[in-house]
Amino acid sequence: MTEITATRTENTRLQRIGAVLRDVMTRPSGAIGLTLVVLHLVLANVSPWIVPYDYKAMDSLQMLKPPSGAHWLGTDHLGRDVLTRTLMGGREALLVTGIATPIAVIWGGFVGIFFGLVGGRLDEVLMRVVDAFLSLPWILKMLVLIVTFGTGIEVLIPTLAFFYGIPVIRIARAATHDVVARDFVSAARARGHGRITIIRRELLPNVLDTLMVEGAMRWSWMLLAFSSLSFLGFGVSPPTPDWGLMIADGRGLMSFAPWGVLAPVVALSSLIIGINLTADALAKALGIDRAQKAPV
Amino acid sequence: MLRMLLRRLFLGAITVWIVSVIIFAGVEVLPGDACTAFLEREAKGKLLENCREAQGLNRPAVERYIEWASGAVRGDFGVSANGQKSISELVGNRLRNSLLLAICALGVGVPLAIFLGVVTGLRRDKPVDLFFSTAAVFAMTIPEFVSATVLILVFSVWLGWLPGIVLTSAGAPASEFFPEILLPVIVLAMVMTAHILRMVRSSVIEVMAGDYIQMAILKGVPYWRIVFRHALPNALLPAINVVALTIAWLLGGVVVIEVVFNYPGLGRMMIDAISDRDLPVVQAIALIVATVYVGVNLTADLMTMFLNPRLRTHALRGS
Amino acid sequence: MSALIDIRDVSVGFTGRDGRTREVLRNIDLTVAPGESVGLVGESGSGKSTLAFAAMGYLKRGLRLLGGSAAFNGNDMFARSRQELERIRGGQLALIPQNSGQSLTPTLRIGAQLGEALRLHSALPVGQHGARVIELLSQVRLPDPEGIVARFPHELSGGQQQRVAIAMALAGDPVALLLDEPTTGLDVTTQAHILELLRDIAAERSMAMVYVSHDLGAIARVCDRVVVMYAGEVVLEGPTRQVLRAPAHPYAQGLLASIPRLDDATLPVALDGRPPAPGEAGAGCAFADRCALVQDKCRATRPPLAAVESGERVRCFFADEARRDRGRRKGAAPVRYSRDSAMLTLDDLSISYARPRLIDQLLGRSSDLLPTVDDISITIGKGETLGLVGESGSGKSTILKTIAGLLPPAGGTVAVGDHPLPRLVEQRDPNQLRQIQLIFQNPDDSLNPRHTVADILEQPLKLYYGLSSTDLRARSVQVLERVRLGAHYLDRLPSQLSGGEKQRVAIARAFAADPEIVLCDEVTSALDVSVQAAVLDLLNDLKATQGTTYVFVSHDLAVVRALSDRVAVLYQGRLCEIGQTDHVFGGVSHPYTEVLLGAVLEPDPDTAPTLTADDVVERAPPAQGCPFQRRCPRKVGTICETDTPPWQRNGGDHAIRCHIAREDLA
Repeated sequence: MTEITATRTENTRLQRIGAVLRDVMTRPSGAIGLTLVVLHLVLANVSPWIVPYDYKAMDSLQMLKPPSGAHWLGTDHLGRDVLTRTLMGGREALLVTGIATPIAVIWGGFVGIFFGLVGGRLDEVLMRVVDAFLSLPWILKMLVLIVTFGTGIEVLIPTLAFFYGIPVIRIARAATHDVVARDFVSAARARGHGRITIIRRELLPNVLDTLMVEGAMRWSWMLLAFSSLSFLGFGVSPPTPDWGLMIADGRGLMSFAPWGVLAPVVALSSLIIGINLTADALAKALGIDRAQKAPV
Repeated sequence: MLRMLLRRLFLGAITVWIVSVIIFAGVEVLPGDACTAFLEREAKGKLLENCREAQGLNRPAVERYIEWASGAVRGDFGVSANGQKSISELVGNRLRNSLLLAICALGVGVPLAIFLGVVTGLRRDKPVDLFFSTAAVFAMTIPEFVSATVLILVFSVWLGWLPGIVLTSAGAPASEFFPEILLPVIVLAMVMTAHILRMVRSSVIEVMAGDYIQMAILKGVPYWRIVFRHALPNALLPAINVVALTIAWLLGGVVVIEVVFNYPGLGRMMIDAISDRDLPVVQAIALIVATVYVGVNLTADLMTMFLNPRLRTHALRGS
Repeated sequence: MSALIDIRDVSVGFTGRDGRTREVLRNIDLTVAPGESVGLVGESGSGKSTLAFAAMGYLKRGLRLLGGSAAFNGNDMFARSRQELERIRGGQLALIPQNSGQSLTPTLRIGAQLGEALRLHSALPVGQHGARVIELLSQVRLPDPEGIVARFPHELSGGQQQRVAIAMALAGDPVALLLDEPTTGLDVTTQAHILELLRDIAAERSMAMVYVSHDLGAIARVCDRVVVMYAGEVVLEGPTRQVLRAPAHPYAQGLLASIPRLDDATLPVALDGRPPAPGEAGAGCAFADRCALVQDKCRATRPPLAAVESGERVRCFFADEARRDRGRRKGAAPVRYSRDSAMLTLDDLSISYARPRLIDQLLGRSSDLLPTVDDISITIGKGETLGLVGESGSGKSTILKTIAGLLPPAGGTVAVGDHPLPRLVEQRDPNQLRQIQLIFQNPDDSLNPRHTVADILEQPLKLYYGLSSTDLRARSVQVLERVRLGAHYLDRLPSQLSGGEKQRVAIARAFAADPEIVLCDEVTSALDVSVQAAVLDLLNDLKATQGTTYVFVSHDLAVVRALSDRVAVLYQGRLCEIGQTDHVFGGVSHPYTEVLLGAVLEPDPDTAPTLTADDVVERAPPAQGCPFQRRCPRKVGTICETDTPPWQRNGGDHAIRCHIAREDLA
């Protein structure tokens, strides 16, 4: 009997998740976006085994060669295979942001929901601190820490997770305010449920949709930040292949070797666009207006 | 109304104060200070002591914070760590250049975004809408350094129409930045337009589906009159806040673009200062940018409140 | 006499997610003669508003015309150009919308909006527009029209907004008015005033009216002819008196029987089942599944809309039987309690919404705001049902929230039995929490959309009884059966239920705790009348079997009458009158109760409301004296403004708070 209960109720939930996924896939933006994202994830995982060359193998005879049968996407200024480096150039970015995004959404989400429910003076103070953090440019916050502590993933992941969790607080808090005003929360309070139960049972399931869309957005912003840092020379250190770094390296030579820039440009753009298209479709499927959100 | 205004100003001031504490505390907590940065390898023993003595770094943090903050209020941010130059002077030109870039981008982006946002919102799901909405997703998601790189490749390298890099020095008069400033302006305007367009579009769609628009149709109000008199004043109100956030982002987050185009603005100065570990300069820039952010948002809030009759009544009645 | 509005064989539909076309209106014929007033009646989803909009050649986004034509004054509204439609709409044919608060443009002043209507639809020179606007506002009996012109819509009360909408419709000198639920959501007195205004204006200008409403009382007051709609079809059409007195269609009859009456102490009769969703009606009669007279023939073929001898047109094979069937159906008598011990006591309760401001706290100033609710002392017996009535803003829901502990009282106590309750839920012990359960107005808001019915019912069971998961489901099934729902509902989400089913689940959740006291906050106002009757019947049953004490809040006097043993009348958060239901609703009453009772509209064309007081909306109670002093039609003099009136009792428990002597109040 117990198990039947669990499965039946679970079924209703699974049905909803299934319906949302189907809805996402039936929208052109969702289908294209999800395909791009899945493709990137698969490539990032299998690329070390399928790339034609060693990513750090230099060849002084093959520098800045245009695309050919041997090097489909040409070579860079050190004679390294551009295809190989492009295929592997997203691994670091996906690893770092893939870990940092869930952490950011979870901590920001919980803080936001909690203060949204509790409210009062404490909440006012917290919001001023959140505002203060948001008023500082992200790149400044990140760079100061990176310059001090180094660019390893053990620095990047907590740094990104911390700073990108702050705007999530705001979103989660606003979403919580909308839910708290509804009678089912009053009903739960009137029955005598504690705060933790109310958060877990009443608020979280209703805020989760917003947080999921927010998570997708944070992921794309984080990728943007990560590759910008690499581009500026504060991210991944050579010779590890990274799109941002490859674009920075190839930029000076792009008048006669544009392939060295275009390959990572296409790769990075397609991933970020894929995430955003998916987020758009997901938001529409869940009935959330993503466009109402500001760029911060 | 006055009470509301004062309350908002007070909250804004509190936010700036918290920012200043975060900035100061942040720099305190991090290992190293202006002297270790300036002396680099020799930063040890007597030399370091003397430097700290000279800079007043041995005094308690609270005392130094008060001195720094009260200086900042007067516009005096002290001197930079390496050059021993007045930070206010260093920052002045850079701030002007960043503002120039921002104003040009806003001048192009805001009218364009509102126009396209309204058009796509009114022609929802039609080809025009699909085209610009898709373009907007591309424009806002592709990293700025990527779009900048592509634009330089096309317009500067291949076509040779526009200069791909800024060579004018920081102190040159504003007019000398043309036409070098055009490509950075285009890149910035593109991203900005995309954000505002999406916002305006969804706001227009929401308003056009409202009861009072249906009522206006059934009152026999002509279509364009509905759009301009009944719909747009309501649909554009929320755009004010997004424009404000975009301005704030322009002033702070354009670091990458300034680096790509070698543009002598605040952002590039910040990167240089961070690389050189010139902490007084970093602190000054951070505080300036944060203050502008708070100020612009405050202005937007007050404008919305003033232009929206509902909020205005609310404010007049007192919280 | 040629028809002014001539709708022929109109069908409207939308494309469902499965790609099928689903009809919202099916082959509608409707004509309205100049000066005639026709009522369109039906429950939500019957297509009545869609039909009214179709008469203007307008369909909401997603709907499309599948066939037929809608002519106004000889113009086919679906075939005309946009310019021609713009000229007719708001000119000769004007709409008065349901929710004027949202139908007036929020950023334009009232004067500008009325001026626009004049500019578009009148021949007056622009110079005279200002004067004409004032004139129009006076015609709809708005006080201080010069002041209103400069206001924004949100600065007006609901009744004032509705009057502005009427003025706007009159600006184009229309020959026909379409009214889409124009008084829904307004207080009873405001509603009655607006209806009288509409009646007078229509008569004065001999305008035709199409009046869309679910409220047969309003229809009875305004319309010559009634069209009853069901599942997108016209099922009955005829003169108002005949339709309301001897309905020839089983649905119309069921609908009438489900309306609670002030002059009838029995419970209304519920209409079981629910109408088919658009496109699901099947080949036979759409009402077949809910009809008591159904035969095989009804399920096989769709009955035509046929004229009967008495002059109506009926879509039923058994119109005569339907008419004869009337009178056989009689509502159950409500369970009455015999008073013994006190269950719930409110002692000198006062509640204040205003939170002290920080600056006042710092300066040690006390807030000068009056409490929202004040001086409430009521004792409710075990098993008794107390009805709390009053207009919006009377504080009735606020009192329930305080009893439930969601809102702390500013003063006074709430006690269950002999034990005073802690002020807030967080301070109450589990048994105190279990004893009192609350049911909310709108189940869409009170049921978590992410929880299945099983999740919803398990919460109180786990919290109060600590049931293990093995027993939970079995117990949930029992709890559901109590509200007459089957076990298969357990795994559904609220979005998969109808409005009535949702409210039953909310009721089941409250009763899962086996509470002694159930607080009902407007529990039927979001429901259609036939569903409302079923919910009232259910609450009555539960009271009989569980011996529950109810505090029943409603703005609808007839609903309160059907269920309550005693009634308390509130105005501006202060008690005016309290006593047994029969005493309050008949004989001697407080002037405010009299005003309320006078404004009630019965679904009977031979009754008329008596309007004695203005329908002004007051924002705050007066600082001293009688709360009703500013609107009272029987105000004695300055004593009403200075002294709190004394309670006058009849020896029993009927008490009225008024300066007028009890003998003179009759």
